Amino acid sequence: MKKEKAVEVSSLTKCFGELVAVDHVKFEVEKGEFFGFLGPNGAGKTTTIRILTGVIKPDEGNVQVLGYDVLENSIEAKQLMGVVPEMANAYLDLSAWNNLMLVGALYGVPKELRKERASKLLKEFKLYERRNCLVKGFSKGMKQKLLLCMALINEPEILFLDEPTSGLDVESRRLIIEVIQKLNKEGKTVFLTTHNIEEANQLCDRVAIINRGRIAAVDRPEKLRLKSSGLQSIEVSFDRKVDVEEVLEIEGVNKARKMGDKIKIYIDDPDAAINELVDFARSKKLKIVSLNTLAPSLEDVFLKLIKEN
Amino acid sequence: MNQFKRSLAIAEKNIRIYYYKGPVIIFGVLIPLFLFLSFYIGRNIPIKALIPGLLGMTTFFTSTSVGPAIVPWEARAKTLERLISSPVSIWTIFLGDVISSFLFGILVSTIPVFVGLLLGVKVLNPFTLIFGVVLAAFCFASFSVLLSSYPPSNVPASSMMLSSLVKFPLIFVSGVFIPIKNLPLIGKIVSSVSPLTYFTELARYSLQGSCFFPVEIDFLALMFFNVLFFVAAVKIHERTLPQRL
Ligand SMILES: Nc1ncnc2c1ncn2[C@@H]1O[C@H](COP(=O)(O)OP(=O)(O)OP(=O)(O)O)[C@@H](O)[C@H]1O
Ligand SMILES: [Mg+2]
Repeated sequence: MKKEKAVEVSSLTKCFGELVAVDHVKFEVEKGEFFGFLGPNGAGKTTTIRILTGVIKPDEGNVQVLGYDVLENSIEAKQLMGVVPEMANAYLDLSAWNNLMLVGALYGVPKELRKERASKLLKEFKLYERRNCLVKGFSKGMKQKLLLCMALINEPEILFLDEPTSGLDVESRRLIIEVIQKLNKEGKTVFLTTHNIEEANQLCDRVAIINRGRIAAVDRPEKLRLKSSGLQSIEVSFDRKVDVEEVLEIEGVNKARKMGDKIKIYIDDPDAAINELVDFARSKKLKIVSLNTLAPSLEDVFLKLIKEN
Repeated sequence: MNQFKRSLAIAEKNIRIYYYKGPVIIFGVLIPLFLFLSFYIGRNIPIKALIPGLLGMTTFFTSTSVGPAIVPWEARAKTLERLISSPVSIWTIFLGDVISSFLFGILVSTIPVFVGLLLGVKVLNPFTLIFGVVLAAFCFASFSVLLSSYPPSNVPASSMMLSSLVKFPLIFVSGVFIPIKNLPLIGKIVSSVSPLTYFTELARYSLQGSCFFPVEIDFLALMFFNVLFFVAAVKIHERTLPQRL
């Protein structure tokens, strides 16, 4: 028997009028995987996640979550999901506690268990003291933490998180990330959208890069880096200011960018390039203050893939 | 059964949130009261004779007071998205909305009954009255949810205004102020398409012992409108929902 996937999507398409927001997207997420959905603003991340969670219907394509067809057996599929949407959507006129009780009831969690889980979650996210306050008075970070509590009250098998940490301070962000990582360790599948490359790099087992509704690549962050040729780079700084144009004339340099007092140059062959750089420095009577060779960052790969698209 | 429990959770949430809002109190309680007073004052009618009409109007206005606003409200607050991503069917969501309006309608409807009892009105057919109120409150609650289904506006106030345009004229053709039997033929015909007519009929029958249509017809008509409004509300909302998200 074929191993059941956590998410299986094929030729997923969604249009808003003329605009094709999601364009024949296809990917799979393994059970227990931490999967990142990375793309710039307007790439179609939220649209995809809303289709996966059964909020909107695609114009075309299949969506399976944990073996259930989201379009046909949506209730069974949704029962196993926890969702943190892009826009905070707790009830502002209800207290944190009542929000949790409502969501628990919507997922059919028995009353006693609901209370037990709600207390535990609120304590974990340091909201317990404020549980009887209306959500209206919550800060953005508190709302976001509450949303995560609401997504976890049914102990979901799979979590869909749409930029759960955007706009949060370091502490709230770390708290949320730690909880998500812990859940992932316990075997839950996590589907996370983000436009933060570092976040994707640190957290995800695999990353899909989406741009203008199309998947540009799906792979492990490390592999994505290695895959991209022409993205090797050297960071060099001299003892006085050097124009980027001058550096561009060096043989083998594909591209150069000024970064503070350093210059980042992209080359195919680091060894040859270093020799050329040394010659260059000697001919111009420059001293090399520092020199680092860098593997391409995920950011480089990302920008490259997005440009190619 | 499971889904029904989830409907109740949705209804509970509605009661907690929406019944404290100003417009609800105004549209649901104050307006019928003022309408009633303006009709009563300066006329030579014994107040007892007006109780069935008052009951009809109260049940109608209270059951329909929040219904038109809930869906636009939730769509704007993005909480509609939360409900839809939960494991509940679309029927469950709207049944929850109807149940909350229904309970509010029943609760407030007891007020004119008590007022009547204090004034010495006798309830001649208590069962007819109870069944009548229950059926009517559910029917009007569905009607109010139906009113917000088209056009799919996400502005609660405009949805409220639109629904008032439908609700107020109904008051005048449903035997609230003038019993059906005193209406001219054309009035009788128009009133027969209003669900409120059949409820004021039942109220008259329960409190005064007689009414124009046979009681069975009143019940059947109310049941028919119940099914019609609820199914139509869910079906039309199902269609217009994607435009709200
Ligand atoms: N309900 C809608 N109606 C019309 N257009 C929409 C709607 N939702 C999304 N779009 C369009 O679809 C495209 C993809 O939007 P989407 O919200 O999926 O992007 P995103 O990747 O989540 O971006 P962000 O990083 O800004 O959240 C955008 O061009 C957006 O304008
Ligand atoms: Mg988004």
